Amino acid sequence: MKKGTRFALLLASIPFITLVFALPWVNRIEPLVLGLPFLLFWIALWVFLTPFILLAAYLLEKKYNPPEEE
Amino acid sequence: MSLTLVIILAVVVFSSLLGICAGRRVKMDLEMWTVGGRRFGVILIWLLMAGEIYTTFTFLGASGWAYSRGAPTFYIMIYGALAYTISFFILPAIWKLGKKHGLHTQPDFFIKRYGSRALGVFVALIGVVFIIPYLQLQLTGLGLIVQEASNRAISPNAAIVISFLFTCAFVYTSGIRGTAWVSIVKDIMMVVSVLVVGFGVPYIYFGGIGRMFETLIRERPDYLIFPGATAGMDVLWVMSTVLLTGAGFYMWPHTFASVFSGKSAETIKRNAVIMPFYQLPILLIFFVGFTALLVIPGLENGDFSFLALVNKTYPAWFMGFVGAAGAVTAMVPSSILVLFASTLLAKNVYQTGFNPRAGEAAVVRLSRFMVLVISMLALVFAIYLPNALVNLLLIGYNGVTQFFPGVVLGLFWKRVSAAAVWTGLTAGIGLVAFLVLGGHDPLWGINAGFVALAVNFALTWLVSLLGSDQDNSIDSNI
Repeated sequence: MKKGTRFALLLASIPFITLVFALPWVNRIEPLVLGLPFLLFWIALWVFLTPFILLAAYLLEKKYNPPEEE
Repeated sequence: MSLTLVIILAVVVFSSLLGICAGRRVKMDLEMWTVGGRRFGVILIWLLMAGEIYTTFTFLGASGWAYSRGAPTFYIMIYGALAYTISFFILPAIWKLGKKHGLHTQPDFFIKRYGSRALGVFVALIGVVFIIPYLQLQLTGLGLIVQEASNRAISPNAAIVISFLFTCAFVYTSGIRGTAWVSIVKDIMMVVSVLVVGFGVPYIYFGGIGRMFETLIRERPDYLIFPGATAGMDVLWVMSTVLLTGAGFYMWPHTFASVFSGKSAETIKRNAVIMPFYQLPILLIFFVGFTALLVIPGLENGDFSFLALVNKTYPAWFMGFVGAAGAVTAMVPSSILVLFASTLLAKNVYQTGFNPRAGEAAVVRLSRFMVLVISMLALVFAIYLPNALVNLLLIGYNGVTQFFPGVVLGLFWKRVSAAAVWTGLTAGIGLVAFLVLGGHDPLWGINAGFVALAVNFALTWLVSLLGSDQDNSIDSNI
């Protein structure tokens, strides 16, 4: 597997860890953050961060994977 | 005629005309009709995908679930983020195959990858079977939105017939370009409605979002964590459901094929990066549902909480704006569902299955004719048999997700064979039907579709391993 793809897959695991596998541990109301119950804050935070994570994956792929002709 | 009704009608007519104009001066061959000539840039692809993904269910369902079920509604915000993350890796690969082999539809992919026309016809038929109830759902939703928004000044059936005729008109003339163009109107109106109402109502009734939640924590704290007000939708259900729906997101025939409209794999990849931003308005829709729960409790149907709260809070012209946004939000996905159900029947059932020598022009003609047939069928179901397809709808999302192993393993693993996909797919869909219709969903707290997907994956993998050690990859099938 190309190096950039490996980095990208590693980054892509973050939303799955935070938004799926961490759920049993964040299923709580307290503490409130920015006025939101903790569960909803946690979900909103990671959904908001996902495009930035994907952007990082995109840039790393660009940097480490050799360009291909199309 | 009331002001709200005038606004709704004006928007429906205006956006349809825009859709019709989108197809003018373009030669409507199969390539243009189904994939817009593979010329869409990042913006148009984003609009198209957002247009087909954010349906009346997002609008009414996300607030409705918040209102009647509480926290389980959060899954709607999560699964999109997962779907885009998956799509970052698989959609560019699908696009490249599409470009290389001139694919137009999801069954085209299966035919090319697995060298089996029979599999293509099967995939096409399953796709159509699940599209029709989904289409009917959009139409029923549209009727209810317009009826509710106009204070019952117009019957839902009249609203359905009128707006659907306009929808057919722009599909018929412009194919997928029509959908993309009308999406512009839809997205702007929906985002404005959601921003205004989502920030507005918590502020108006409670003085802010934080205060609204403080009240909710005092009065209904159970609503804010899983399983909310439900019995069966606990953490395990949410986890399995977001994995299932995240995987199934691009497995609908219409979402899958929209990838081909992009002008390059790069466009598709960049689009995957920006798509998650579209998940954020859903947070505001939750706020509306929760505010409605506190302000207007006891609604018989929670799906009306958004509209009922707008009606109570805002002047008539804004109700018209929201009603119009809701109507267009139903029209855009309807248009693409009609388009792809028709194309699947014409290209992958008729041409692939019965008459491989049919020319491209004949396929386009038949597709256009099928637009009328499918539309009539959906109207009949929506108006006369509203409950006939409920079972199909229940298994729809779980059902199309069963394409996932065949697509993903097929893209990245040479050994997967047609026999393996046949086995996994039939077992997966059979299991979904058995579990869901037999009342075993959720199964041990897990979404039944997820159980079926796991079995499907295992079977596809196992049968491929047991098969001969040959290279079944796409390039050896040509």
